[in-house]
Amino acid sequence: MNIVVLVKQVPDTAAERTLSEADHTLDRENADLLLDEINERAAEEALTLKEAVGAEVTVVSMGPDSAIDAIRKALSMGADRGIHICDDRLQGADVVTTAKVLAAAVRMVEDVDLVLAGNATTDGQGSAVPAIVADLLGLPQLTHARELTVDGGRLRAERETENGEASLDAPLPALVSVTEKINEPRYPSFKGIMAAKKKPVETVDIDDLFPDADDTGFLATRTRVVEAVPRPARAAGIRITDDGSAGRQLVEHLVAQKLV
Amino acid sequence: MPDVLVLVDHDGERVHKTTYELLAAARRLGDPAAVVVGTPGTAARLEECLARHGATGVYAAESPEADEFLATPAVDALELAVREASPAAVLVSATTDGKEMAGRLAARLDAGLLIDAVDLDSSGAVTQIAFGGSYTVRSQVTHGMPVIALRPGSFEPEEHPVQTGERELLLPSIDPAASARITARRAALAGDRPELTEATVVVSGGRGVGGADGFKVVEELADALGGAVGASRAAVDAGYYPHQYQVGQTGKSVSPQLYIALGISGAIQHLAGMQTSKTIVAVNKDPEAPILDLADFGVVGDLFAVAPRLAREVAARREVG
Ligand SMILES: Cc1cc2nc3c(=O)[nH]c(=O)nc-3n(C[C@H](O)[C@H](O)[C@H](O)COP(=O)(O)OP(=O)(O)OC[C@H]3O[C@@H](n4cnc5c(N)ncnc54)[C@H](O)[C@@H]3O)c2cc1C
Ligand SMILES: Nc1ncnc2c1ncn2[C@@H]1O[C@H](COP(=O)(O)O)[C@@H](O)[C@H]1O
Repeated sequence: MNIVVLVKQVPDTAAERTLSEADHTLDRENADLLLDEINERAAEEALTLKEAVGAEVTVVSMGPDSAIDAIRKALSMGADRGIHICDDRLQGADVVTTAKVLAAAVRMVEDVDLVLAGNATTDGQGSAVPAIVADLLGLPQLTHARELTVDGGRLRAERETENGEASLDAPLPALVSVTEKINEPRYPSFKGIMAAKKKPVETVDIDDLFPDADDTGFLATRTRVVEAVPRPARAAGIRITDDGSAGRQLVEHLVAQKLV
Repeated sequence: MPDVLVLVDHDGERVHKTTYELLAAARRLGDPAAVVVGTPGTAARLEECLARHGATGVYAAESPEADEFLATPAVDALELAVREASPAAVLVSATTDGKEMAGRLAARLDAGLLIDAVDLDSSGAVTQIAFGGSYTVRSQVTHGMPVIALRPGSFEPEEHPVQTGERELLLPSIDPAASARITARRAALAGDRPELTEATVVVSGGRGVGGADGFKVVEELADALGGAVGASRAAVDAGYYPHQYQVGQTGKSVSPQLYIALGISGAIQHLAGMQTSKTIVAVNKDPEAPILDLADFGVVGDLFAVAPRLAREVAARREVG
């Protein structure tokens, strides 16, 4: 099987994230960057399949120079090779461009059976890129899967959303995005980390991905942030220690605030 | 006035409230026209309710297989409707399904996509909340038609009776090699409680609740207040409560009038999903818990003592009032 895993490097959610003054894009210089946890789970799912049925696993990431670290992390878990899409013209890319670029990169990999992604990134939370990539590649989308089985040439997934659950069925090739319930990602071993350094990573730019494009200029985004205002931090209000009367005091407060 | 297309959320019989929110929002940009995707006969059943909420036209995209495949029929229908109506914008609900449909539509049309808008002005610019409530951002589309996914609960539904007419859209047949088939559906077991993202009161439990049994305390308080139940990721990971109720960075974002956190420490990823709530109450036995630093009313104490008391007090007031 040929599996492609789409991974993104994101700022550590445990730290404060800021938008740059200049163009309201994410301030990456001042952030700790790491492989998004959900993509570790997508990679884990690929590696489980690799162990079960045999597969070559290609990791694809679009991002600045530093994104190579996210690719290496997935390689150290056991993926085989990487494609790093790195191009200054992609700075500030919108969801549609991101998906178009990722779809083009998947097309560079021959005979892809399965594309795996996370269901949402922690920095954008658009939660739309995987479905768009599927649409562009003409693949069925089995998104927000908390369970996945591959059997013969077919995929079955349990999709979980606020609407409830749905069982999905589709033939390969297909695209799957996973939720955080799918599995527990493995830790890279020391051997894995050493091996990852020697695994091939191809760096490509948008001329490589779209060789036939006319030269009217590359459209990175169709939207613009016109204003970004930090929301005021919340401050603590009333604080009491329960002496048996907290329930009553609280209800009085809520009644006074017209919340009850 | 230009048309503004609205994708109708429905269950085949009834129009969901989120649709009325979209129709109200759409009126800021033009004349709302509703797009109904479903099995034959669906649009006729929904038309009256849609007209009462301001849909000046109803596009019926109906086929027997419309609800057998994930997302694709709706994306195909919207694409057809856009080609017919040349609308000023397309509005969908920013649900999991809606965001995916909006994205696919935008890519097909090379349009500008704005996800998770909480407000919208007549120029088409939207307001979004970024990074779990750290920023308020205003964005606009600079290329192509705006496709906007509006966060449920951001607009008030409005009655606005109008004359409407139905127009049919001929859905292409679905290629089963390019779309996933839905073989079974299990609706979320919300019971009598309001939908988490739409509730005016949310009571959430964390690891401090200690087990699935302990969540009864959380549910009882939620029920006394007529609210929804939420959970932290630690509580979900430990199997105390189902995943679809997770609040936070990788769960639901909620913004109720009142959020009550029981036995939740207040990790930044949890705050990302609830810190835009109007009033925050926290009960935690650790006086150092970070959640107490942003609670409007913080109680240092045992949730198993405080929450049942509070539930009783609320019930008593309700009886009197
Ligand atoms: C990429 C990523 C995404 C994440 N996404 C989310 C997310 O979406 N949502 C989320 O919630 N977390 C998320 N997390 C996890 C987050 O970092 C925290 O681990 C989690 O929120 C902790 O949950 P908790 O507060 O219930 O548990 P804990 O941090 O263990 O806190 C339990 C609290 O209960 C208190 N307590 C115990 N017993 C009692 C009692 N009897 N009465 C009163 N108080 C009591 C304790 O004092 C403690 O403060 C994410 C983490 C990562 C890395
Ligand atoms: N720049 C990117 N590079 C590689 N994969 C991405 C990128 N952006 C999004 N993805 C994939 O799409 C998933 C969902 O992202 P999003 O739709 O942005 O919330 C992520 O978990 C990744 O698998």
